[in-house]
Amino acid sequence: MSARDDVLARIRAAARTGADGTGPASFAAAPSPGPRYRTRSELAGPELLELLASRLTDYRALVHLASAATLADEIGAALRRRQARRIVVPPALRLPLPGFVTATADTRPFLSPAELAAFDGVVTRAAVAVAETGTIVLDGSPDQGRRAISLVPDYHLCVVEAGQVVHLVPEAVARLAAGRPLTWISGPSATSDIELERVEGVHGPRTLEVVLVSG
Amino acid sequence: MTAFLGLPGWPGRPGSRRPPAEPAHAPRGVGHLRAADPFPVAARRALADAQLRRNLGKATTTIRAKRAAVVSELPDWEELRAAGEAIKTATMADLDRHLEQLDAAVTARGGTVHWARDAIEANNIVTALVQAAGATEVVKVKSLATDEIGLNDALAAAGIAAYETDLAELIVQLGHDRPSHVLVPAIHRNRSEIRDIFLREMNDVSPDLTDDPAALAEAARQHLRRKFLSATVGISGANFGVAETGTLCVVESEGNGRMCVTLPQTLITVMGIEKVIPSWADLGVFLQLLPRSSTGERMNPYTSMWTGVTPGDGPQSVHLVLLDNGRTAALADPVGRAALHCIRCSACLNVCPVYERTGGHAYGSVYPGPIGAVLSPQLTGIEDNASLPYASSLCGACYDVCPVKINIPELLVHLRARHVEEARRTQRLPSAEAITMAAASYVLADPGRLAAAQSASRSGRLLGRRGRITALPPPLAAWTRARDAPVPPPQTFRQWWQGHHGDDRGDRDDRGDQ
Ligand code: SF4
Repeated sequence: MSARDDVLARIRAAARTGADGTGPASFAAAPSPGPRYRTRSELAGPELLELLASRLTDYRALVHLASAATLADEIGAALRRRQARRIVVPPALRLPLPGFVTATADTRPFLSPAELAAFDGVVTRAAVAVAETGTIVLDGSPDQGRRAISLVPDYHLCVVEAGQVVHLVPEAVARLAAGRPLTWISGPSATSDIELERVEGVHGPRTLEVVLVSG
Repeated sequence: MTAFLGLPGWPGRPGSRRPPAEPAHAPRGVGHLRAADPFPVAARRALADAQLRRNLGKATTTIRAKRAAVVSELPDWEELRAAGEAIKTATMADLDRHLEQLDAAVTARGGTVHWARDAIEANNIVTALVQAAGATEVVKVKSLATDEIGLNDALAAAGIAAYETDLAELIVQLGHDRPSHVLVPAIHRNRSEIRDIFLREMNDVSPDLTDDPAALAEAARQHLRRKFLSATVGISGANFGVAETGTLCVVESEGNGRMCVTLPQTLITVMGIEKVIPSWADLGVFLQLLPRSSTGERMNPYTSMWTGVTPGDGPQSVHLVLLDNGRTAALADPVGRAALHCIRCSACLNVCPVYERTGGHAYGSVYPGPIGAVLSPQLTGIEDNASLPYASSLCGACYDVCPVKINIPELLVHLRARHVEEARRTQRLPSAEAITMAAASYVLADPGRLAAAQSASRSGRLLGRRGRITALPPPLAAWTRARDAPVPPPQTFRQWWQGHHGDDRGDRDDRGDQ
């Protein structure tokens, strides 16, 4: 028997083991009466963005609010503060970048990890943001790029549109497509491994900056 | 065949012939599920270490407060716990079907699924995959499953260097040490001990390194950066595997997990078969339960999800090793199988008065604390971890915090009873290890208080009806006011042993070779 057959047969044998070791299956699958936890929220508009902003800030992300009209200025100001000149971007970012920046699109043949490490930062969009947890989710779409580009550089600037923000984790899960590679990001890289003291910045980008674009 | 070692004899089927497909325990001689010393001995050693107790006390106090704060933020926490429990129960009820679905979904997306009956088989599979990729080095993200099977040792034996990349695992690896906590494996080390380890073991670290946690984290970043950028094989565990979609999920903080599952060309994931969850929507439950229960954060910094191979993005050779290693034996126990629901958040460790005093090493297994006390003996067979079900004062704190509502006190009592039952039925003397388990109790609590509690616990039996107790004499009365206590076995082991063997210390071990 293959290991697969063997393990599956063991599972079936285990399921036959009743409480006294002799009886039929005693597995009682709990009846599932639809979720009773929150799966939808009415929270919307400015309250939703405000919650997201405060939760992002709580975990030490830098957050800015912008309108469509001020978006370019906010991006420019953030990159200037950071002194980020050499920027890697996904294949189809479609965002206005300031003139002092040299932006390299990560297209085939893709940049190597070592090449990515030489950039000052990365600018991406996002797929979904979760207000309650202060999380942005990237799904590898052309305006977000391969997972590596938002991982190796030390600085990540992420632009989130108001329409991408949901309140709850289950709402985000429902919006996301399982087949895509997903990265859920809540604040910059951190560790609490030394005496449970939170330290920002181990291997992922040590600075996460988010521009929220109100609709 | 290793798979048949240490098979349980189930009540009602003494000496039954066991066809190959019977649930099997984790084999001996490989991996990290069995202690060199029984719990009482190891615990006594730990209790003598004042520095260890200070480190542990500080850490568990901090993390308990953080957890409580973020849990109280959610109005539907209890509903989420109930959902987590229901999903896990339903998963175990149809485990074969969910695993077949996961296998098919991963395969359809270009991944390769391997099945491993036990640690030895899993180690062989991973070693062969690394060799096929032509690698002599691998980067690893913290994974209990790979630690359970002793993968690093197996790889080393094949000339393959495995680099742990989680900061705490790095501290443990460089300190030639063992993890002592599920979530914070180096919780037993304080900052100055960590600095000393780094100065001693890292050849690329500045001699001026301070013990500031930020400086230590920076040193780890520099140390591992080159490894990440050049690694060709990454090895991970999985927090969840979604049957419906074939999606695997790794929850982490530092970004080392993202590095390991993104940059190498080959990715090998070792996942216990109990980690499968049926549907995509289930992630909406567990991604709330896990971070709040484990690190006490609303969400951990990074969660990675991948589904087979994504052309042009991340590893192009993706493998999943599905591991049994004793899990089917746990599944065969209708009560004990609840231990398989565990999502390894470690909340039960952080609230456990026994863990807080002894630390994780005393449990002798990669799974320490309350969950370890009920999981390890089931994976190995109770006889091989006989003292662990006694490593508890049954205070019930673990049950209260468990995000999937595993009734650990009930499982502990159940396993104590099962062990006594098995020993009696097979008419063998319990091993030397088993003898010492009664002594464990003395290490765990004030002797006088414990003796009182034990006899009170026994008289509680008189009150039991239909397996539940509604009232106990003091000092347990306060406890039963809060919850129904499971009925303790008719005798404590100590009472049973004294009744049957008087003063015989029973050092001999005539279990026979299994
Ligand atoms: S038993 Fe429950 S509380 Fe303990 S680690 Fe597992 S899931 Fe967490």
